[in-house]
Amino acid sequence: MFANFDFDVIRRSLGYLFFDGMTFTLTLTSLATFGGIIFGTSIALMRLSGVWLLSRVAGLYVDLMRSLPLVLVIFWFYFLVPYIGQWLTGASRPIRVGAFASSLITFTIFEAAYFSEIMRAGIQSISKGQPAAAQALGLTYGQTMRYVVLPQAFRNMLPVLLTQTIVLFQDTSLVYVLSIPDFLGAASKVAQRDGRLVEMYLFSAAVYFAISCVASFGVRRLQARIAFVH
Amino acid sequence: MNYHWNWRVFWEPAPNGTGNYLDMLLSGLVLTIETAICAWIIALVTGAVVGVLRTLPSKTASGFGFAYVEFFRNMPLLVQLFLWFFVLPELVPHSWGLWLKQLPNAPFYTAAIGIGLFMSARVAEQTRSGIGALPRGQKLAATALGLTTAQTYRYVLLPMAFRIILPPLTSEFLSTIKNTSVAITIGLVELTAEARAMQEFSFQVFEAFTAATVLYLMVNIVVVIAMRFVERGVAIPGYITGK
Repeated sequence: MFANFDFDVIRRSLGYLFFDGMTFTLTLTSLATFGGIIFGTSIALMRLSGVWLLSRVAGLYVDLMRSLPLVLVIFWFYFLVPYIGQWLTGASRPIRVGAFASSLITFTIFEAAYFSEIMRAGIQSISKGQPAAAQALGLTYGQTMRYVVLPQAFRNMLPVLLTQTIVLFQDTSLVYVLSIPDFLGAASKVAQRDGRLVEMYLFSAAVYFAISCVASFGVRRLQARIAFVH
Repeated sequence: MNYHWNWRVFWEPAPNGTGNYLDMLLSGLVLTIETAICAWIIALVTGAVVGVLRTLPSKTASGFGFAYVEFFRNMPLLVQLFLWFFVLPELVPHSWGLWLKQLPNAPFYTAAIGIGLFMSARVAEQTRSGIGALPRGQKLAATALGLTTAQTYRYVLLPMAFRIILPPLTSEFLSTIKNTSVAITIGLVELTAEARAMQEFSFQVFEAFTAATVLYLMVNIVVVIAMRFVERGVAIPGYITGK
């Protein structure tokens, strides 16, 4: 079964897999998480703002993103972003957008819907007395959110946000559909070039598994510590 | 935006010779639904069994359940599909591998099983939390009445647990439908793939993707409404979700 298992193909391609592929995957994951949390928090604030129009728009956005498959959204933005860029810059033809920028925009916008639901739950979990006290102290809405509500909401939701980040990390593998060499894309390129599908796919499965396992173990530790503090 | 819109493209004949572009998208939708339903049956059955295993007092059973869930949760779905599709036929004895590779509709079976098992880990987690949400007295009372463990689960715990987790199960089913689009990578020609094909043949990118978006939204709405009826139908008056 494993008689002609070729470990050498993995060893030979390690540099390419990790320095090119994994760097792409991890950069995309961290930037999309960062952007997604910021964008998602603003959507959550819109949704809870009490202004009818704002909360409707935010609600529709979240529902729309959450009912579409990520693969379709990746295709959407891959074709749409050049036109949006043209519209923003006033260029005469759709602008060229690189693979990385296109996937970063897609993942930020898509994951923001999921992050916003987490932040909304976090904001709603803060007791009413907190913003009331902040207002009594004369803080403005912005200050109340910035110094009182959001830090607590973020802190309470940190384990959930990190779990979502692990999901995002796994989801980035879907940029494969645009033939972008992320970690899986790189592995797949080597696999097809050398005809070593078994070795490369098993190896990339093991790498994803190891990283996700360690990360979710870390999240569980963190959760236990936060639960202890409360 | 200097994009040339042409919404009538849906009624133009598609190059695959089976009708117009709309037929093409609808046949993709049918395959999406078929794959999702097959995957969901696998996910529900396997997930319920594994979820129950995790709540059993036996260390071996709950350990196995834990390992199962971790195994399927910590790998991207895309990688899992590749493992089933490209790697499995090479690892089994040669004649089986040949049979697997020559299977007609191999992408369909691979997608149904691969997505089914991927989702079963999530169903297992929901089942476990549903059983965990029941008051301890339920199990104790069942034991006091002399029910065996199997009877306790069959007649006491599971009927209540499944009612509790019906709303999260609905969203897991919606995820299953969405996840079928990942099978585009192993050559399953479902809705997203058909939209992509239509875009390549007709160059009407945004019409094709808009149609796919609308179809996905419609499926979502139908499922949500149907599940609301199911929830109302199985609710026990005066208990937990009963109104």
